[in-house]
Amino acid sequence: MRNDVLTESPIVRWTLLALAVGFLALFLVLPLLAVFAEALRRGPETFLKAFADPDTQAAIRLTLLVAAIAVPLNLVFGISAAWAVAKFEFPGKSLLVTLIDLPFSVSPVVSGLVYVLLFGAKGLLGPVMDDWDFKIIFAVPGIVLATIFVTFPFIARELIPLMQEQGTAEEEAALTLGASGFRTFLTVTLPNVRWALLYGVLLCNARAMGEFGAVSVVSGHIRGLTNTMPLQVEILYNEYDFVGAFAVATLLAGLALVTLGAKSLLEWRYGDGLARAHRH
Amino acid sequence: MSMRQSLLAAAAIALGLMSAIVSVRAQEVVLTNVSYDPTRELYKALNEAFAREWQAKHNQKVTVRVSHGGSGKQARSVIDGLEADVVTLALAGDIDAIAREGKRLPENWQSRLPNNASPYTSTIVFVVRKGNPKAIKDWPDLAKQGVSVVTPNPKTSGGARWNYLAAWAYELDRSKGDQAAARKFVEAIYRNVPVLDSGARGSTTTFAQRAVGDVFISWENEAFLIQQEFGADKFDIVVPPFSILAEPPVSLVDVVVDKRGTRPVAQAYLDFLYSPAAQRIIARNFYRPSKPEAADPADLARFPKLKLVTIDEVFGGWTKAQAEHFADGAVFDQIYKPAGKTATR
Repeated sequence: MRNDVLTESPIVRWTLLALAVGFLALFLVLPLLAVFAEALRRGPETFLKAFADPDTQAAIRLTLLVAAIAVPLNLVFGISAAWAVAKFEFPGKSLLVTLIDLPFSVSPVVSGLVYVLLFGAKGLLGPVMDDWDFKIIFAVPGIVLATIFVTFPFIARELIPLMQEQGTAEEEAALTLGASGFRTFLTVTLPNVRWALLYGVLLCNARAMGEFGAVSVVSGHIRGLTNTMPLQVEILYNEYDFVGAFAVATLLAGLALVTLGAKSLLEWRYGDGLARAHRH
Repeated sequence: MSMRQSLLAAAAIALGLMSAIVSVRAQEVVLTNVSYDPTRELYKALNEAFAREWQAKHNQKVTVRVSHGGSGKQARSVIDGLEADVVTLALAGDIDAIAREGKRLPENWQSRLPNNASPYTSTIVFVVRKGNPKAIKDWPDLAKQGVSVVTPNPKTSGGARWNYLAAWAYELDRSKGDQAAARKFVEAIYRNVPVLDSGARGSTTTFAQRAVGDVFISWENEAFLIQQEFGADKFDIVVPPFSILAEPPVSLVDVVVDKRGTRPVAQAYLDFLYSPAAQRIIARNFYRPSKPEAADPADLARFPKLKLVTIDEVFGGWTKAQAEHFADGAVFDQIYKPAGKTATR
């Protein structure tokens, strides 16, 4: 549909369009194709053999485990935080909103390092953890903590604008009609935000599985034990196993594509609800 | 706070899952060897051989898990609590730091095993592009204008510290002990360094895979490995007439083995490194064995003869070298300025 308000000549418009498409092709599509091309360079058999490596399998399992813990927890945190921010007035509310955004602005390396400083052998709580013989840093709990930290804002950020826009009128009506608080949440609030919630979960999961920096700091890089998929990609690459590295990378790229596909599907199908969430 | 409780709960769930996985394998011993960057292939071979030997002798399965990275970074992780039964790092100074700062092993650790606790040694050589287009032959060629030099960051990489000290020792030897000349010489070399990776393997990738630089100052073992992995038709090894004897040492981490009850198997693992079988594997993987008589003569023939000085002779040991050259604000910090900027003094 032509927008008559635009006065730019067709040349300008087409140049801009070509620029955008060219940029996308060069910086997004081409590298993505390169990942798949490199992984399949020595044929599908070598590609599949990369997944027979027990260390790679362990890395995949660990990544799934970490996402399986981090995403549900952030789902609970995200909903609670969004609910508190959107539906209540309390002192320090803007501070809470700022804090939720903190992981976006902090470098992932720092996010990992704070846990080393806190739980490391020489850290603040290190001696206590040692007495309890409870390992956090350089073990799975530390990786989970770092992942939760970096993925914390994704769900809350999707929900807050939408919930704020919807206001409290419907909930108040439900409560007036005698519904319990929990029932109000289940039958009024949740259906109103479900698509934004799903969208947030998708983004949160993609980041949880793909996080490199923060996890790298707290992992200790013990093969078969504390390496996640992104770390395994780096290790294989540094060991000249380029096919193996790119084979694991295709899993991560595949995950990104699935996320992207699901996101587009959601936007196409339920665009209105999502658009409302993003208008702010 | 409820968030803190939830975080702890998450950690507890994860720990439960972990211990479930571990208890299934209770009859198996697991050792963790925290090593430096270029030993990946070496310890892969050594760990398999050790597992076979231990299985035959004690009818028990032993798995040696490994972690690789820049030597200084790895030492830092062990100090911060990475549970290593043994450390096999690039230089004594890093294990000293674990003893001093982490208090995880006694300070006399280096006298507990033969050869300064180094089952193998290596040295520092140059890797150049095929045909040696910049005609690199000796250390002064690295300081020339227009030569781009690849070496890792001495702050985090053990190999990089050997590189730096080898260059320093060369000029000290040539100028008959002129420290100021050595400093100027090393400064000129680092002016030619476009990028400092955190570990030796990162620099290898920078030089070999990404084709940055004219010459790569490298561990001898890593230089051979580059030729093997990328093809001898792409790179030449240039051995300078003078270099440093690099002694990468190994040690138990006493606090960890006593807590985990793995001292006997960890000790056996380190002793195994000195055994004829291991020495053969060491020479095959391009490290200079401490007992050359056990190695295959064909493997030994690959190591060129050159004049090697030790860090004790030239620098008075690692503690001194570390404090003078690599500590915060020490000589390296004073002379290194990223390429493109002029060094100020």
